[in-house]
Amino acid sequence: MDLDFSPVWDGWRDLVHGALITIEVTAGAIVLGCLIGLVIGLGRLDPRRRVVYGLTTAYVSFIRGTPLLVQLFIWFFGLPHFGINFPAFFCGIVGMGIYSGAYVSEIVRGAIQSVDRGQMEAARSLGMPYRTAMREIVVPQALVRMIPPLGNEFIALIKNSSLVSLLTIADLMHEGQKIISTSYRSLEVYLAIALVYFVLTNLTGLALRTVERRLGAGGLV
Amino acid sequence: MMVAPDEPIVSVRGLTKSFGPVAVLKGVDFDVMPSKVSVVIGPSGSGKSTLLRCCNGLELADGGTIRICGQTLAQGGRMLPDAALNALRRQVGMVFQAFNLFPHLSVLGNVTIAPRKLLGLSVAEAEAAGRTLLGKVGLAHKADAYPATLSGGQKQRVAIARALAMQPQVMLFDEPTSALDPELVGEVLQVMRELAAEGMSMMVVTHEMSFAREVADSVSVMDHGVVLEQGPPAQIFDAPRHPRTREFLQAVTTRGGPRQLQGPTGSGTPLLSGDH
Ligand SMILES: Nc1ncnc2c1ncn2[C@@H]1O[C@H](COP(=O)(O)OP(=O)(O)OP(=O)(O)O)[C@@H](O)[C@H]1O
Ligand SMILES: [Mg+2]
Repeated sequence: MDLDFSPVWDGWRDLVHGALITIEVTAGAIVLGCLIGLVIGLGRLDPRRRVVYGLTTAYVSFIRGTPLLVQLFIWFFGLPHFGINFPAFFCGIVGMGIYSGAYVSEIVRGAIQSVDRGQMEAARSLGMPYRTAMREIVVPQALVRMIPPLGNEFIALIKNSSLVSLLTIADLMHEGQKIISTSYRSLEVYLAIALVYFVLTNLTGLALRTVERRLGAGGLV
Repeated sequence: MMVAPDEPIVSVRGLTKSFGPVAVLKGVDFDVMPSKVSVVIGPSGSGKSTLLRCCNGLELADGGTIRICGQTLAQGGRMLPDAALNALRRQVGMVFQAFNLFPHLSVLGNVTIAPRKLLGLSVAEAEAAGRTLLGKVGLAHKADAYPATLSGGQKQRVAIARALAMQPQVMLFDEPTSALDPELVGEVLQVMRELAAEGMSMMVVTHEMSFAREVADSVSVMDHGVVLEQGPPAQIFDAPRHPRTREFLQAVTTRGGPRQLQGPTGSGTPLLSGDH
């Protein structure tokens, strides 16, 4: 079996460009996902607030219960039927951000609920309003606990971002496939792409572990 | 929010509370007089913690009235609205069995967070006051430490300082020494003793009978959601009227062993002769 990596070397500029697009789309989706996740996660803390809880729960179950690819296609191919045309890049970020937000919300909720009830009680007994107690006491402790599961979520999102190549976005996957279509060296190109994804995911994991260690050293156990 | 010296600072009348089908408080009357120490004793599950938590609005009673510092905290199953409740809670310091210190804040941070966020004190003002309080509980040198590095006794003293930082009118203690190793009980009781001597109004749920006898102005015995009897410590410990009180005291003195009886100074002199 002969392996020929020369198409990869020849196309490295395109691959780097694709990798940058992948990073951009994923980073945008992560930011959006975290914002959505925080709001939705807080909304799902108290089932007694029926409307808020109902709406946020419906969001989470719909997003988690349907494939990301289908959601992305709805944004990019479905909405134009109603005359709503978003650019592919926008659809990629928003589609993935909304998808990720559902998972992040579960992480947020789980982390907040894992903080000992006594923390909220101690804060309230000092006279803190609920919001102050959340902001000053509960959420800071929950943040540290969110980091490991958030790391998993970010890594999953980096990998899932390869789906946006199907929205005509020139990400890493897309650039790789362009090289394959002219060189027919699919194994070599896919191996090269896999390596880039591998590096991206592991760098992300490393970064989050560093953050976690720093916060831990700062007393945020 | 001052009350007349002969008016109770905490006044509980006919308090009832159920958790589902279980009636935990069945009509409790209870007072804390200004500058006095009211101790609550009684077997496990008798409703002591629930009573205390109702007095801070952490639990909502189903019926009865709680008045604190002349304000009605709860009445007929209705709680004071949130804003007023938060204001009232600042008058009521609470010390928990499990300390509940904020682990992400330093000792000084624990003591200053509430005054800074709620009383609008500057960091410098709050820290100056905080250091004074930490000095008072003997922990000035731990100001920059994190709770995780403290012993149980130190944690509880920080928790007391944290509550005092809001300059409360009354302090509620829920078994403040029950989670401590025996050799650390004394240092916490000492702080409480000093607090009482300074004229703080206190409501203390405890199993430390020698502390109760020494410091309490009045002792209430709870059992199955009612106050069996209430009176000065000498009367409760030396001449209990209710047979259940006698039973409980006997159980504590025999089963509880030296843990319950040992004075904070470690004298170990049994203040209760187990033959009631
Ligand atoms: N949140 C709750 N939900 C259900 N039941 C509860 C709750 N809190 C307390 N109880 C029950 O109420 C009863 C009284 O509890 P409480 O904690 O007031 O007793 P206690 O006198 O403080 O006991 P201990 O000495 O063990 O602390 C117990 O049977 C307890 O199981
Ligand atoms: Mg209790």
